[in-house]
Amino acid sequence: MTAAALSGSAIAASATSPSPMLELRGLGKSFELHHQHGARLDVLDNVELTLHASECVVLSGPSGAGKSSLLRVIYGNYRPSRGAVRVRHDGDWLDLAEATPHQVLEVRRRTLGYVSQFLRVIPRVPALDIVAEPLIEAGLSTPEARQRASALLHRLNVPERLWQLPPGTFSGGEQQRVNIARGLIVSRPLLLLDEPTASLDADNRVVVAELLEEARAAGSAVLGIFHDEDMRDRVATRLFPMRPFQIA
Amino acid sequence: MSALLQVRGLSHHYGQRIGCQDVSFDLRPGELLCIVGESGSGKSTLLKTAAAQLAPSAGSVRYRQRDGDWLELDELSEANRRRLAREEWGFVTQNPRDGLRLNVSAGANVAERLMALGMRNYGQLRDIARGWLERVEIDPSRIDDAPTAFSGGMQQRLQIARTLVTQPRLVFMDEPTAGLDVSVQARILDLLRRLVNELGLAAVMVTHDLAVARLLAARTMVMQGGRVVETGLTDQILDDPQHPYTQLLVSSVLTT
Repeated sequence: MTAAALSGSAIAASATSPSPMLELRGLGKSFELHHQHGARLDVLDNVELTLHASECVVLSGPSGAGKSSLLRVIYGNYRPSRGAVRVRHDGDWLDLAEATPHQVLEVRRRTLGYVSQFLRVIPRVPALDIVAEPLIEAGLSTPEARQRASALLHRLNVPERLWQLPPGTFSGGEQQRVNIARGLIVSRPLLLLDEPTASLDADNRVVVAELLEEARAAGSAVLGIFHDEDMRDRVATRLFPMRPFQIA
Repeated sequence: MSALLQVRGLSHHYGQRIGCQDVSFDLRPGELLCIVGESGSGKSTLLKTAAAQLAPSAGSVRYRQRDGDWLELDELSEANRRRLAREEWGFVTQNPRDGLRLNVSAGANVAERLMALGMRNYGQLRDIARGWLERVEIDPSRIDDAPTAFSGGMQQRLQIARTLVTQPRLVFMDEPTAGLDVSVQARILDLLRRLVNELGLAAVMVTHDLAVARLLAARTMVMQGGRVVETGLTDQILDDPQHPYTQLLVSSVLTT
């Protein structure tokens, strides 16, 4: 991938006419628990959603409505039980429900980003390198990647004295900002966000909102969960209501 | 991207008993694949059979050389297999004492594989050995010490240096962090993670530790009774295991 693609200009071209980036069709998810007497847990049924470039759709609904599960099914942490997860990857449509692991990894590397609520820390790796890593994987030189990571950590108000430390001992809010930086440092056409601002103060939420607005302006499509109403009102272009799946 | 290693229908039997049975997978350059499962599930047998240390009872292993040509491991002479293991592959054993030469110095352990490739300049060999000791976080001033004077964690790091010094394209690792303290384990995992990225290695790693798989491998295979019962993305296998055995394995992990 070139530096131009990383800066978002490659996806900006499609931003002028909102084009679909993600299509969920008849999507369903059930868990079969073999050691709980074969219990079946239905969490999603027949979800239909189209997400366009430059829009931010926020999933709404009570706890247990399957919002996080939906993001995980799209990202591929959960295997879809029924239906299709069609993603536009390099201009072509690919159904992630049918894709090989290698294809899913390629989509995650270049097209589909996911920011969870919690940072999965890697022992001994400093915060700066955790943030820089996706850029290095995308082909940037280590010094350049570190420089961009510094700029983003700075913007998210992570104190510079922490950058060379592994984030295992950071506060929840600091870890979450490292996590957001890692998730947003490479601009991808599709972003999934699972309450990335839950433990942030108001100032830092504003920074995240601005980062998301910039990503959208560059053409990224965003699908997220935000429980904070101010945050939701600020970033959402549309709500997608969900309710707990009724078991017949 | 084309595969580096192609394993098809691979089996190894110990007499009547199944070691591993009908295993197939592809490994791409730069990819780390983990094989998980309990003791006796056939992980190490599969690793050794894929690495041509055990003869397959059935199936095939193909390896794509630097020049792009495919080698059928089965059709290679013993001498060529050894050449391949020396020049293009590496193998890290669980017990570093099995992979090191204990009666020669740490520096000689690192330099030996280079000498086998024909490098003879003493000063150059010593410089490279010193550089690799530093890379695996062993004080280079200990270059003349015997590995028997090292702790278990240091021995394992020395074995990793000895294996990677020839810049192999493919590395097989058999529980490289089992039996080490957690802090030592974290250090070695971090080291492996960095080296795999820097050198663009392809690696197959056997582990019984699911957290190790999550940390290092994008893809994982789960074995039970010599067979692969589930294979796919590591996070999918750990977050949404499908097979009863994988569900048991994942739900048995203690979380802190």
